[in-house]
Parts: sequence; structure tokens; C-alpha cells
Amino acid sequence: MSLRRVAVVGAGMTKFVRRAKETAPELTYQATKMALDSCEMTLPQIDCVVHGTGPDAFDGVHMKAEYLSAGSGGFRKPFMRNYVGGGTGVFAPIQGWYHIASGMFDTCLVVCEEKMSSCQPHPQAAFITIFDHTTERPLGPNLLWIFAIEMERYMSVHKIPLEEIALVSVKNKKNALDHPSALLGADLTVEDIMNSEVLAWPVHRLMVSPVTDGAVAVVLAAEHIAKRITDKPVWIEGVGWSLDTSYWTSRDLYYPKYVESAAKMAYRMAGISDPRKEIHVVEPYDPFAYKELHHLEGLLLCEKGQAPKITAKGITQRNGSMPVCPSGGLLGVGNPIAAAGLMKVCEIFWQLRGEAGKRQVSNEPRRGLAQAWGDLMQVGTVIILGR
Amino acid sequence: MRRVAIIGVGCTVPRPVTPDVSYRELVYEAALKAYQSAGIEPKDIDCFTACSEDFNEGTSIFDEYVPDQLGAPLKPVHTVGGDGIHGLAAAFMQVATGLLDTAVVEAHSKASNIITLHHITELAIDPVFNRPLAVNPHYIAGLEMRRFLYETGVTVEDCAAVAVKNKRNALKTHNNVYGGEFTTEDVLNSDPISDPLTLLQVSQFSDVAVVIVLAAEERAKTLRGVPVWIKGLGWCADSPSLESRSWGSAAYAQLACSMAYKMAAVTNPAREIDLFEIDDTYAYKELQHLEAASLCARGESGKLTRLGATGKNGSLKVNLSGGSLGCGVMLEATGLFKVAQIVSQLRGIAGPAQVEDAKVGLALSWRGVPTASGAVAILGK
Amino acid sequence: MPIDPKKLGGTGISESEFRSKKLSCVKYTPTAKYAWDTGVGIGRYLAELKNGKLIGRKCEHCNKVLVPPRMFCEWCFKPTSKWVYLKDTGRVNTFSLCYVRWDMVRLKDPEIPAVIEIDGSDGGILHLLREVDPKKVKVGMRVKAVWKPENERTGAITDIKYFKPI
Repeated sequence: MSLRRVAVVGAGMTKFVRRAKETAPELTYQATKMALDSCEMTLPQIDCVVHGTGPDAFDGVHMKAEYLSAGSGGFRKPFMRNYVGGGTGVFAPIQGWYHIASGMFDTCLVVCEEKMSSCQPHPQAAFITIFDHTTERPLGPNLLWIFAIEMERYMSVHKIPLEEIALVSVKNKKNALDHPSALLGADLTVEDIMNSEVLAWPVHRLMVSPVTDGAVAVVLAAEHIAKRITDKPVWIEGVGWSLDTSYWTSRDLYYPKYVESAAKMAYRMAGISDPRKEIHVVEPYDPFAYKELHHLEGLLLCEKGQAPKITAKGITQRNGSMPVCPSGGLLGVGNPIAAAGLMKVCEIFWQLRGEAGKRQVSNEPRRGLAQAWGDLMQVGTVIILGR
Repeated sequence: MRRVAIIGVGCTVPRPVTPDVSYRELVYEAALKAYQSAGIEPKDIDCFTACSEDFNEGTSIFDEYVPDQLGAPLKPVHTVGGDGIHGLAAAFMQVATGLLDTAVVEAHSKASNIITLHHITELAIDPVFNRPLAVNPHYIAGLEMRRFLYETGVTVEDCAAVAVKNKRNALKTHNNVYGGEFTTEDVLNSDPISDPLTLLQVSQFSDVAVVIVLAAEERAKTLRGVPVWIKGLGWCADSPSLESRSWGSAAYAQLACSMAYKMAAVTNPAREIDLFEIDDTYAYKELQHLEAASLCARGESGKLTRLGATGKNGSLKVNLSGGSLGCGVMLEATGLFKVAQIVSQLRGIAGPAQVEDAKVGLALSWRGVPTASGAVAILGK
Repeated sequence: MPIDPKKLGGTGISESEFRSKKLSCVKYTPTAKYAWDTGVGIGRYLAELKNGKLIGRKCEHCNKVLVPPRMFCEWCFKPTSKWVYLKDTGRVNTFSLCYVRWDMVRLKDPEIPAVIEIDGSDGGILHLLREVDPKKVKVGMRVKAVWKPENERTGAITDIKYFKPI
């Protein structure tokens, strides 16, 4: 059955900051307005709104999406919130895609926002509530535990030295110097990364993206409308998502099966049989340096255990044969939980249109992939865009 | 647009408390029932959508805990922060794209596990402008009810009549939780909550799990379940701000219904639709929603109720299941439970509440105080 | 069109500005209390923890012994069939040394969370390691549970204080 074609036609985002003066609805509005302005559309032309936002616990607001809907244009419109933890940023445009591809709507505003800084004494503390309330929470777990555990597993199975992982932080923070919204752009060396304090062995501080506030939005349109709005529509060619079992302690964490599952679904829809050749620019989720590598393997863009090697060879640099995180990623731009993934989608959008400015990759990409991840090392969400 | 049908429904019996089962075990029971009635196994289902809110569960990123009890680990699963009917719409759209052929939507309520339930409702109220007032959230419904009565001429007695009707209806069903024989005096004399609301006009909570299986037309033909077609869907969020709200009318319901009627090609809903399961979280909401759904003229909902027009033998059969006043309000599962009731009616298995020759039904949900957000589904044989 | 830096929203404020009186803010502490029904599977798990025992459930279809126990196997989607007592020993599958507490307070001595493959089961549980030099923790290390004294156990995962090397 042939699928209705849907394109991304506009994008906007706020700066990513540690702590925003704006309220959450205000931050949302800024990104939404910028996205609409970027393709000269107005709210009445938008048929429906899809909103992605992370734990209500950060804001201390229950049913948070309704509270934010005024900022995301959801006023008297069909408005729906999607939520898959950190995977939300890439899932939101997928939900927007199915709104239009279903035939029910022709235009959709996809908005993702996160204001983590409201949570006191520290937003990280809210993460204790993601663990099973009976079997795990009483142990006082924090997010660093599970990332460090997963990183340790990945390193020990493939015998990857920490220095090779640190290369990802170096690359992404350097790339972020060219991103106007970036919080963490910096010119650092592997030594700088290795010398930063150990938060949870083997994770060092400069291998982690911190708490961030930010909002991002994109505009989607069905083919006949997309072509009227822009002469450079970026088509959604593949979507995939997969959520693994919550019993994470029964899973071997060295390989993200859920990313592979999501990627395969997206590749199948896009008709891609050789991703390494057919995907020209990649934005995998990189909240921790090792995750970029972990995910590149899960996305089947290199062999298991080989991601550090291709990084060391420079293949994933902006001028390499497969640029990865040209935006600067989460390590460089920042990590407002639900908005981070959509930032990556925007990057692919701008890269494919040649509008990424100083971040523009040199291989003239025609197809790009953005991937997000979240939950208890559980969810993979993948979107493939093409010109 | 691709035709999509509901081919399986699994619904546990709503109860005020469910201490014997965890939410996982409760949902597993509903899922098993749904899959059996559809004649499908979860490994053959293409996508799963769950409806949940973190603060109702007491767990952040609750979608983590969704796949297992649906048999869906490593499958395309996501949650929507919305009512069960929002979830139904999401599941419908996923299949209508043509990429996926079958879908599951799930919602549950373990309201009994929330010790500080009213504080959780308060948490949904604007933290800067409204929460500092620190008034029990029912006040928002009280404000809306008063304005609605003022604008329409509907009376408090009419609202009480809704509570009497729905609680009596619930007695006839096996889903009865809060049913009973009351008079309008009983209702109006019950404890004041937030004037003009009294206790018996306010739905209490119950625990339940509902799982529904959908399939595209060609696929539905190969499965055991009797298809009930999704003819129309609509959903809408009005301004969350209390300060700029139009208190008398439920604009979100009006717009959601318009959208659903258009999709279902319904021009005269009162005539073309045989039965209605309409949100009655507070008794006055049933009346406000009836008017917003264009099922009667403005101001007429009270009179119609008094004349019995919304009863089993009336022209508008509303909440024969007992609604939330009779069966309990079920957090995100409220709307999906209504959908399950409509499906039972259309399949002819609704027992004593059965409407003869029911062909088309409408379910309308509201996300509750303080939202102005709701969703509508129109189902047909 | 490319991002115009002048048009970007989002105004960063510093920690000190946030804490100063110059910016207005509203404070609120939620009252969110829950009592989660454990159900059959976890109910028995906790009851056995109170007895100083670990218990799992067997799925006859995939032949796995699941811990924490559940009444249905999420992969086979069939009810599990019987209770299986497990040992309170196991192997470290993976671990970390965490110098930051859940509320971001710095720790001088790290907490050592680990996934421990419990003997007799096909699963692992999350718990803490103690009585061990952090530098000496290794994947594959054999460990044993250290229990609270019987009169202090309440039927919780913390009835096991921690695991230590054997």
C-alpha cells in the first residue's frame, strides 16, 4: 500500500540554556513561533498539534502538555501529547507523520520542550522516580548508575579503552561551537575529558550532557501543501520505533537491540538495504559519549564494537565519509530531555537543505537519519529524512 | 481513508479497590481478554499505544512499564498523555497510514493507589496563577457549573436528575460500582462540595484496565473478532488558562464533535446516532456535553433529562452504562471504558442495558479538572 | 533558512540570579503519596524477602526462571507456572562506582550499584555491593546477600542490605 508523502517544511528552536528565565509555556512559544515564521505559515493554517515533553516531575505540573498547549499552538485544535522518555524528540515528528499520513490532516505542528531547571534541589533527583517503585527505588538509584553500568558493559564486551570514547566528547563539543543554540561548545582534548571528575565510573563529567532547558519545533505538511510552501521540502522517508522490556536487569546491555529494531523498521519503510552507503549524515542520540558509539552500532551503520575505530579514523567528522552529530549533539548543544531529539531532526533538515551554515557537512547529503533513546535503556526512535 | 475496525475488547470489571493485583497483572488480564476476543497474539500486532500520566502512576516516564503486560517488548510502543479516546485516535491513525495493519490501545486506572489524589489534581493547576489559592480543585467544576446554569437556564434539579439516572442505570450492569436508587432530593441534600456541586453529583474513582485491538479492513476479515468500525474521531484542547476560559460552553467538546461528525458524515447526530456514552465526571457535565455535541438546542438539555428523553426508552440514550457517576471515573481509562460499552452495545452483548438494534454509538471523554480537553469517537456496525 | 542567532529565544540565567531576589518565582512542594498494590508476583517476592529468601517464577514455555517473579512471561505472553526458590548468591553481571548520590550530593566513598545474576534464575536484580574495595570489583565476581536481622525485615528489597564478595 503506498504511503502518503509527508515533508518537514519549517524548523525553529530556542537557545539551550542551563536555566531559562522564560516559563515553560513561553519557551515553547518561542520555538513554535520561529518554526512557523521559518516557512511563513500562520497558526490557522495548522490542522493539528503534536507535543512532546518529558517527565512532569521536572515542572511539578501534572498533565503538563495541556498546560503547555497555549505555547505550542494547541488552542482549539486537535492536540496530542506523545511520551517515550528521551526518545520523545524523534518520536514527536513520527507522531506528526502519522497524523498526516493517516489522511486525517494536511499540516501538523510538532513541538518539543523541556524546562528541567524548575525542579529543586536538582533536576537529576527527579530521575529516581523512573525506577520500579518496589524493586529498585528503595535502593536510591540515580540515572548515572544505569548509564555507567551500560557503558561499562559496552566497554568490557568489546574491550574499548576510555580514550576512544572520549574522542566523541571532543568531536561533538567542537562541532557545537558552530551551533548558535549551543550550551557546551568547547575546544577540548582527550586529556581534558579524561581529567574531568569521575561521576560514576567509568563516566567522567565531560562525557555527560547536563540538565538543560530548551524548546524545538518543526512544521510538517502533506505533499501537495509542502510543495507550495517551499521548493526544498525534506521528505520523511522512514520511521521506526521500538520499546524493550522494563526488566532491564535481564537484558545484556552491551548492544541496543531496541535501536536495531527501530532502525530496521525505518529502513524497511525507506527501502534502504545498505544503510552505511545510503545514509549520508547521522544524528544519533549522544547524552553520554559512549552512546553515540553504542547507537551507531545499533543503527547498523558499522559492525558491533567498531564504532570507536571509525571515530578514531575521522570518518564521523564533518568532512568525513559519514558525518555523525555535525550539530554538536547533546554533548555540545545540550540535553533538554524531550527537545534534544527534535534538535537532531532539525539538524538533518538544515543539513539536507544546505542551510547548516558553518556546520554544513561536505558530502552533500541527500539522506539523513536522526535517532533518539530513553527510558531504562529501552526505547529507540528513528526517523529518516531525504531530499 | 483506510477503514479501521475494533476487533477485540478486553475490559476488567471496575472496582473501587483492586488490592489483589498489581497494575501489571490487571492490564495483563484485560490484554488477554482482548487478544482472545480478537483471535490474535501480541506477536502479530504491529503497534501498541498506551495512555498514561506519570503523576497518576507515581512513576516518571511511565511508558517504560507499558510493554510487558501487553506482550509487546521490542515492538513499536509509545504512550500518549491523553484520555483513552486520544489513544484510540492515535492507534487508528497508525493503522490508517497503511504502514501498520493492527494496533492495540491500552489504558488503566489504579486510582485506589493514589493516596493524595486531590493533591495530584491540584498539581495540574497553573503553578503561578492558580495553585497559590490552595482551594480543593473541585472549585473549578463548581465555577463552570454555575456559569453553565446561568447561561442556559438549566437547573440544579436537572443536574441532580442526571445523577439519579446514571446511578440507577449502573445498578442494572455488572460494571456497577457506585450505583444506587436515589431521588433528586437525596442528590441535592448530599454534602456540599463546591457549591452548586454536592457529593452525589461528583463521580468517585474506580480501578480498571481496558485493552482494545484494532485492525485494518483487509486484516480484520481474517480474524475472529466481530468488527466494529471507527467511523469518526475528534479531539481538541481549549485554552488551559482559567482566566481566559469561556466557562459556560464546552468549546473543546463542540470542536471535537464537529470534527468527528464531519469524518463520519453525520449531519443530524441526534437522529443518526443510537446511543451515547458521554462524560459525566460531574453531573452537570453530561448536560453541558449534550449541548456542546449539538444533540439538543442550547438550554434544552435539562428539560430533555427531566422528560426521560436521555433514558433507555428515550430518543437520546445517554450513559445507559451508568457513566462515571455509576461506574466510577477511571483516570485515563474513562474514555476507553466508554468505547468498550459502545462496542458491547453494537455487538448486542450489553445485557440488561442493551439497546435494540443499536447501529451507531458515540463516546465522548473529558480529561477532567482543570483541563478543557476532550475526545470523541463514533463507532458503527 | 539557517538559524538566525539574533532571533533565538531562551534567556539563560545564572544560579546566583536564580537565587537572588531579582527574579520572581513561585515555590511549591507537591504532596504525592502512593500505596502501590504489589499484586501476586511481587507480593510473594516481598513476603519471601521478609523470610530471608529470594524467589522466582518459572515459565514453562521458554523454561526461564524469572526474577523478580511475575505471573506472566512477557516474551511468551503466557502465565508462569510455578514458584522457584533461588539462592541468595550470584555473579556480578555489571557494575558502576558512583560518586554522586541520587540527589546529586557528592560522595567520598562511591556507592556500587550492580546487576547481580542470581543463582538458580535466568535474570538479574539491581542491588548494591559493599564490604569490597571499589578497585577490586570485577564483572563475574561471586557475591552473596547480606541480610538485615529477621526482626528488622519488613518485606522489601532493602531486607537485603547489600551483596558482598564470597
